[in-house]
Amino acid sequence: MSSNANHSSRKILVLGATSGIAEATCRIWASQGASLFLVARNAEKLAAVATDLRTRGASFVDTAVADLDDTEQHPALLAHAVNALTGLDVAYLAHGVLGDQTQAEQDFNTAAHILHTNLMAPVSLLTWLANFFVQRRAGTIAVLSSVAGDRGRKSNYVYGSSKAGLSAFLAGLRNRVDREGVTVLTIKPGPTKTAMTAGMKGAEKFADVDKVAASIVKAVDGRADSLYVPFQWQPIMFVIRHIPERVFKKLNL
Amino acid sequence: MPEIETQQRLTYKQGSARKSAPGEASFESWGRYPSYKANIIPLHWQSDFPAAVRGIHDAVLPVGLGRSYGDVCLLDQGNLLPTPAMNRLISFDPETGLLTAEAGISLAQILDFSVPRGFFLPVTPGTKYVTLGGAIANDIHGKNHHVAGTFGRHVTEFELVRSDGTVLRCSPNENPEFYAMTIGGLGLTGLIRWATLRLKPIVSRKIDYEGIQFHGIDEFLYLTEASKEIEYTVSWVDCTSTGKNFCRGIFMQGDHSTRRDELKPSPEPKLVFPFNAPGFALNHVSVSAFNTLFFHKQMGKRQVALQDYEPFFYPLDKVLHWNRMYGKSGLLQFQYVIPWNNAREGTVAILKEVAKSGLASFLAVLKAFGDVPSPGVMSFPRPGITLALDFPIKPGKSFPLFERLADMTLEFGGRLYPAKDAAMTAAQFQAFYPEWRQLARFRDPLITSSFWERVTGEQPNL
Repeated sequence: MSSNANHSSRKILVLGATSGIAEATCRIWASQGASLFLVARNAEKLAAVATDLRTRGASFVDTAVADLDDTEQHPALLAHAVNALTGLDVAYLAHGVLGDQTQAEQDFNTAAHILHTNLMAPVSLLTWLANFFVQRRAGTIAVLSSVAGDRGRKSNYVYGSSKAGLSAFLAGLRNRVDREGVTVLTIKPGPTKTAMTAGMKGAEKFADVDKVAASIVKAVDGRADSLYVPFQWQPIMFVIRHIPERVFKKLNL
Repeated sequence: MPEIETQQRLTYKQGSARKSAPGEASFESWGRYPSYKANIIPLHWQSDFPAAVRGIHDAVLPVGLGRSYGDVCLLDQGNLLPTPAMNRLISFDPETGLLTAEAGISLAQILDFSVPRGFFLPVTPGTKYVTLGGAIANDIHGKNHHVAGTFGRHVTEFELVRSDGTVLRCSPNENPEFYAMTIGGLGLTGLIRWATLRLKPIVSRKIDYEGIQFHGIDEFLYLTEASKEIEYTVSWVDCTSTGKNFCRGIFMQGDHSTRRDELKPSPEPKLVFPFNAPGFALNHVSVSAFNTLFFHKQMGKRQVALQDYEPFFYPLDKVLHWNRMYGKSGLLQFQYVIPWNNAREGTVAILKEVAKSGLASFLAVLKAFGDVPSPGVMSFPRPGITLALDFPIKPGKSFPLFERLADMTLEFGGRLYPAKDAAMTAAQFQAFYPEWRQLARFRDPLITSSFWERVTGEQPNL
């Protein structure tokens, strides 16, 4: 798809469509007249999101209820979505869990679950999607990673390591598929006002989800490689990545 | 904290049945007074209520964007349920203009969707940052009250969920008592999940505007009478002036332009009032100077312009958090309506009392309400004159003045607007709104507000 392609014809698959950032992004795509295929776990929430997007002007909205932790379902699910959309231009991976860090410190199963949902399941989806797009020599894969993946911190290193793994996987995938005409966008949002962060300390200072969504749409349109959003996180994370370990380990982050 | 305010706060606290202090976060109303702690449980999905509060044995209150000024959107030591994340669209019919949306959607979000499609809000207050549910709960009014009535008149139906899980579809025909008690019911009858609003067609973003200077209340009344056919009318009045300048102001009127024009969405607001102004910034001298400047900003007696709807309806929304201008102690609004038989006399007496007190009010807004009835039993507007005044809270002075003004309002047969109140006494409220006992019967047993406890002494049935 060229950058000045007609937006109204765009076919977009959204995995984790009921997540706050995904929903806000989809609203912009819907108002541009895109065709959308939405996947989420909860049927009722998915229906509410789909109805909203139809009302906002999406050309076509179809949905599938699925637990993306079940990687065995992925090939059939993705084939079904491509079939329903009669093609695919953009795949947007937005599912994930924050998880309970304190519990994950005590219980490997909790940690494994976070890693499975945020890393293993995306790896399964990305493998299929990358091969699909490479075959067609076109397409954009946009994935929600996190600034938390830039450096492990005691307050959320299990979530952070799942996102670190994801970011590294995406960097490698980009390196592989770029010459095949496929774009891979790594999105690193800072704390954003969504259901995931509701009730967290300082939540009122978090980024506005609509502004985050607008930046994502722009980055997808511009075929960017990576995006820190809000952009201030780029210099902040640059500094945080470069703090010497002997200092960093003493910090309360 | 000055003595009188402290006393008043203590009285509220004694009235509270809640001993637990679950709240870590404070939720401010627009007036930033009073300041209470509450537990915040945001609602994201229609099914979150009552599911999200199951097992919570304390009072709850659904709230929108907190643009009410006093304590109608506060619940000291209770659970506040903010709804703004519950903001999805459900249906829109471009033939009839009927829009159905979840109740946490803001009027700004509705306009972003509807204006490019050629539709406008049937009634809008002076800010677009209020939710659909909040607009219903306070049965807001706008500059077109004399022709369109209140917001509730344009709400064809909504769904109300009670804390016991009962779901009530409400319209003039279905559950009509709940429909009538929820419009203007201060959020106390249950959670409004979604509502259907009838939008009105427009062909332009522009307003045909006219501003006219007036000197004295009689000129205001004359202009009001002469503009009955004009959709939007409102006046700004200089309440610091006495003598020959007493009750001077600018009468503003407008209609939606009928000349077809491009219907673009609105740009994002850019200015943010960055800090709490120091207490001395707003005093009688500075406000008088501002008022004089404002009066003469309009060169000459008349000004005609074709204006975008944003500055016409929402002049202050351009400055997010403009309430910080009033400093840390906050501001109080005072808005009355006095029926026609005493409207002129009452307005003159109250404006004189305000000017005499020397307490400054930046924005005094004067408007005549029409006689279009509201479907809401507890709705504030009624035919007559309404005046809204802003005051910064001054130690020891603000509350005695408010009490005096409220008593005067009562004597003139008027009443005050709960959405803008933090000061009226229980006796005053019950005299203004004898219908409150009816609302008490329809109140959800788990839902209450600091306002409701203050003016009725009623506790939730936990």
